[in-house]
Amino acid sequence: MKKNDAEFLGDLIGVDVGGTFTDLVKLNQTTGRVQLAKVASTLQNQAFGVMQALKDAQTNLCDVALVVHGTTTTTNAVLERKLSRTGLITTAGFRDILELGRRTRPQAYGMKGFFLPIIPRDLRLEVDERMDYAGRILTPLNEMAVRTAGKKLLDVGVESIVVHFLNSYANPEHERRAADILAEFWPNEYITTGHSLLSESREFERGVTAAVNASVQPILKRYIARLDEELVAGGYAGELLVMNGNGGTVSAKRVVREAAKTVMSGPASGVIAAAYTGRAAGRPNLITYDMGGTSTDVALIRDGDPSVSNELELEYAMPIHVPMVDVRTIGAGGGSIAKVNDAGLLEVGPQSAGADPGPICYGRGGIEPTISDANLLLGRLDVSKLKSVSGAVDLPEIRSIFQEKLGNPLNTDAENAAAAILQIATTRMAGATRMVSVSLGEDPRDFSLFAFGGAGPMHASALARELGIPEVLIPARPGITNALGCIVADLKHDFVRTVNRPLNLIDIDDVIAIAKTQRDEGIGLIRQEPVSIEEIKVTHWLDMQFVGQTHILQVPLPADQINREAIQLAFDEAYFARFRISLSEIRAQVVNVKTTVSGRRPDISLTELIDASGRASNLEAAQTGTRLVWFNGGWHETRIFDREALPLNAKITGPAVLEQMDTMVLIEPGDHACSDKDGNILITLGDAL
Amino acid sequence: MSLDPITLSVIQASLQQVCDEMDLSFSRAAFSPVIAEANDRSDGIYAAADGSLIAQGTEGLPVFVGTMQYSTAELIRLIAEGNAAPPDPNDIYIVNDPYLGGTHLMDVRFVRPYYRNGKLWCWLSNTGHWPDTGGSVPGGFSASATAVEQEGLRLPPVKLFKKGELDREIYAIICSNIRVADQRIGDVKAQAAALQVGSERLDLLLDRYGDATVQTAIGELRARASRQMRQLISRMPDGQWSSEAFIDSDGVIDEPLVIKLQVKKICDRLIFDFAGSSPPCRGPMNSVLATTQSSVYLAMRHIFPEMPISAGAFEPLEIVRPEGTFLDAQYPRPVSGCAAEVSQRIAEAIFAALVEALPDRVTAAPAGTSGNFALGGYDAERERDFVMYQLSGGGYGGNSNSDGLSNGCSTIGISKAPPVEIMEQAFPVIYNHYALHEGSAGAGKMRGGFGLDYELELRNGEARASFVMDHGRFGPQGALGGNDGDVNKVVVLRDGASYVPKHLSKEQDIELTPGDRVRVRTPGGGGYGDPLQRSVKAVLDDVRLGRYSLGQVRDLYGVVLVEDKMLLSVDESGTARLRRIMKRNQ
Repeated sequence: MKKNDAEFLGDLIGVDVGGTFTDLVKLNQTTGRVQLAKVASTLQNQAFGVMQALKDAQTNLCDVALVVHGTTTTTNAVLERKLSRTGLITTAGFRDILELGRRTRPQAYGMKGFFLPIIPRDLRLEVDERMDYAGRILTPLNEMAVRTAGKKLLDVGVESIVVHFLNSYANPEHERRAADILAEFWPNEYITTGHSLLSESREFERGVTAAVNASVQPILKRYIARLDEELVAGGYAGELLVMNGNGGTVSAKRVVREAAKTVMSGPASGVIAAAYTGRAAGRPNLITYDMGGTSTDVALIRDGDPSVSNELELEYAMPIHVPMVDVRTIGAGGGSIAKVNDAGLLEVGPQSAGADPGPICYGRGGIEPTISDANLLLGRLDVSKLKSVSGAVDLPEIRSIFQEKLGNPLNTDAENAAAAILQIATTRMAGATRMVSVSLGEDPRDFSLFAFGGAGPMHASALARELGIPEVLIPARPGITNALGCIVADLKHDFVRTVNRPLNLIDIDDVIAIAKTQRDEGIGLIRQEPVSIEEIKVTHWLDMQFVGQTHILQVPLPADQINREAIQLAFDEAYFARFRISLSEIRAQVVNVKTTVSGRRPDISLTELIDASGRASNLEAAQTGTRLVWFNGGWHETRIFDREALPLNAKITGPAVLEQMDTMVLIEPGDHACSDKDGNILITLGDAL
Repeated sequence: MSLDPITLSVIQASLQQVCDEMDLSFSRAAFSPVIAEANDRSDGIYAAADGSLIAQGTEGLPVFVGTMQYSTAELIRLIAEGNAAPPDPNDIYIVNDPYLGGTHLMDVRFVRPYYRNGKLWCWLSNTGHWPDTGGSVPGGFSASATAVEQEGLRLPPVKLFKKGELDREIYAIICSNIRVADQRIGDVKAQAAALQVGSERLDLLLDRYGDATVQTAIGELRARASRQMRQLISRMPDGQWSSEAFIDSDGVIDEPLVIKLQVKKICDRLIFDFAGSSPPCRGPMNSVLATTQSSVYLAMRHIFPEMPISAGAFEPLEIVRPEGTFLDAQYPRPVSGCAAEVSQRIAEAIFAALVEALPDRVTAAPAGTSGNFALGGYDAERERDFVMYQLSGGGYGGNSNSDGLSNGCSTIGISKAPPVEIMEQAFPVIYNHYALHEGSAGAGKMRGGFGLDYELELRNGEARASFVMDHGRFGPQGALGGNDGDVNKVVVLRDGASYVPKHLSKEQDIELTPGDRVRVRTPGGGGYGDPLQRSVKAVLDDVRLGRYSLGQVRDLYGVVLVEDKMLLSVDESGTARLRRIMKRNQ
């Protein structure tokens, strides 16, 4: 029998596998001591990296109460189409829905594009059956055909199967029956019905979500089993929880059933950590800014809750319509390439040097100037540290490339060209961040900027200044934010059910009944999880729109007073807040009833993320030296600090650089930085716009 | 004053940002799905003096590239002539007249003067596709109108907002002349709000960088955009190229219309001459000059996606005015097919002309029709009138790198198709199938994409079906030895008998009763390169996946496949022999 973490105050471990690194946070729940590890990800079998990280953090698995894991196993499987062999049984006449998509192209300009459906056409079989939009049976299910199709798919080596029927959101009877028939002879548990992950109209989105689910199930199952085996062999007797894209966790036993929910979990855990850290620091409204080597992501957190969307796409024509933390990629990260275009103007991105060859300074053969190279050239990054990694490329070489490719055509020197790269990148990122906040009806000036990732803390102040954001919050451990997200995340289940009725015609008792069913199911699921819970929180929402519209707005639905007037009022208010338009002339419609049930896990303290015993007695003692760093058109003598040695409540006025293991914080001239008890750095901009 | 290139880049990005935020604000707040979901709208900034394009949102519908500079220029002219009221701060003009730098009547433009220190500094303008502007057919896509009056309400530039206040009288006139008028206020408010957003963001930009600096930057950016386009052109090989593209018919007279195009490269300029194209037609397949010009720009931007959207970038693209042809229609020629169909055929003419000079950039012809199908009538179950539209995609042309995309959206749009389930929820129809149009891809070394094959059935009540599509007679052209894609096929099945519209994919008001069905098979894209050079494995895959039949690939690709116990294999020697014979006969 596994130990329940409620009775066992052992270590708590969060471990997140990213594209490049596997990060780990280990919290000793008795002493509060934190240990960290960062190792290279092992993408073929992520479990190796996880075990290595555990070892690096000197973990004795017998002492561990709980492991919470974020994995990109399913993400990579979909992006690389290394999927299990999956078949589809669908309504006669509609097997091509997954291939036809919604009639778009990848870019507005350029009549080219490529799309590989997630299930190939020869594994998509049709059977006679048909529901209408109201769930009335028009053609009964041909049960024999289901049996025949299932056997045929098994014969050609299919491992997982999807049953996806038109209008099943209105009446799932045929899908359920077909799944029962298949279960009689299907050799494994990998049967996904379209309505089970989301009971929402729109056959392409629902179908892709189900197809993704089925095709990653065996892959996730095998991975989790391998990891579990390794953990058990190491003496682990606790539970394994896995992160979902909704920012909540679910037990490893259950995660495979709804495997699609893990596909976009990576970016979600960082945002969850940000929300947790922000709440603890009294900063509930945040724009998160995660800049790494290959991508830059932003998300919004309002009143401590991350913005959630159930309309995200993993890539072109790959919608995964389950509620997920709304993280948007706005740029290419430190590897973005700068060039002078035919108009004689400097462009930064969208091309990226990626991780390979990467920026020039990586010394892996990159020859195009990038944002990272600009940072190096301007003294923001420490040359000596970088050299030990790459070796081959030195500063004069980078400078001469900048001079030749950018300085000469722009009629300036290498340093000014590098500064221009940062300026233009900041302008672009600010614009893209504004688009995200404006699309959510928010003004960025009402938020603090929460910067993490390897490069986020270096660019955050400039970005905040450009956006008119007055304050930047940099967590204690910007490089392991996702792993931290794992250990602070709640257990969480979401439910969506389509109603699609005008508000004046809807039966309110129906809405109440749906919400109640969803709540009961969620509470039931959470009660079954063998981990300790402080409280269970239930939130109900309605997706609403005006009759005749297609875009929807999420409106909170108070559990105690569900009535027509309250719903109308809540919708009017939410609509005006988002769009600054009131349309009292037009009727409102209820599209979906949604419920989120979360089980809050015990709070953990963040104070030990930076070891207090390493704190210097005063600021001078934390200073490691000075170097020349370029700001505002010239070199400035800049103090360099060891961030982990900063005394409590240290106050620093820029220019200054705070260095730590895997990132550095840049404090620009005139800005004021202050460290708090949790090791966060708060930067107040000197001349906030 | 001269500006350093870094400041220029920053101001360029900032002007772009103003337009992108207008686009976003418009479609987020818009009521109609055609704007909110299909993004059939565009926003931009235009010069005070001549209306020339300063910046335009990147998320605007491609067909609107450059159009609003013509409508703004016409407004400026009418004001100067005393034929439109002079502007005051916070006014918004409304205009949809196709002959005043427009497209079709459904594209309604708002134009707002932007003032700085009491002086007109520039114009902000946007276009939104309204779901209806009156006329004989709900939705405005008439298949057989013979004068613009039949197509809907035509508005000269008048002030819908006077000093910020909606003119209730003008608005009442508009609402009395269009269908589903009660929902229109949602779009009007969104369209006006977007211009307000633009105005506020522009204030901040000018406050930050200074009016004079931004003004200088605009001039300099225009010159540099021109330089950039000239560089792109000068890298092309010298030469002149010609092409033809055909429209099935104008919907009234059953004769093809031809677009004749000659493109000439002189140093760093391209000259587009449409001389010899068909004269203005009786039916609604005419184009107005502004749409013809925008179609050239949008085609060039498909070829050169890096080209900035700026009046400067258009300078080296010289378009000889196609006077006396259907590409320069004058009042009262009907024009409802111009933005949705003729524009796409102009783009195809340009692709066909330039594919030889730019074989890596240009594709074979895409499906090239918006696939407009409207069904209007009475829904007996829901007890109400209804109008539904089904737009559909088709195959894209093959290109040097890959096969064409299947079921891509129109060349001029970037919109999503409505899901079958949403259509069935809202209207008294049921879809019998929604599938790949098998066999439709034009053969080529890189084949075209496949079109769409759908059939729907009226469940109750009564309805009339109208179609305004094209490529029913001539499939999308293949390139560099590739075959044409399959044509568009519309069949109406009434009382068990099938009926093909006289103009193939254009007809208005076909009466349907419950149980009647409409089947549409949209075109496949043109093939690229010699089909005999297509890899045998790719051909085998297409047959294995049921996209082509065994007989088809034998005839089209010279590939001999044999089927044994459900297993397909290649007859290597048979294939080699057949390909040799076909090669000789080419």
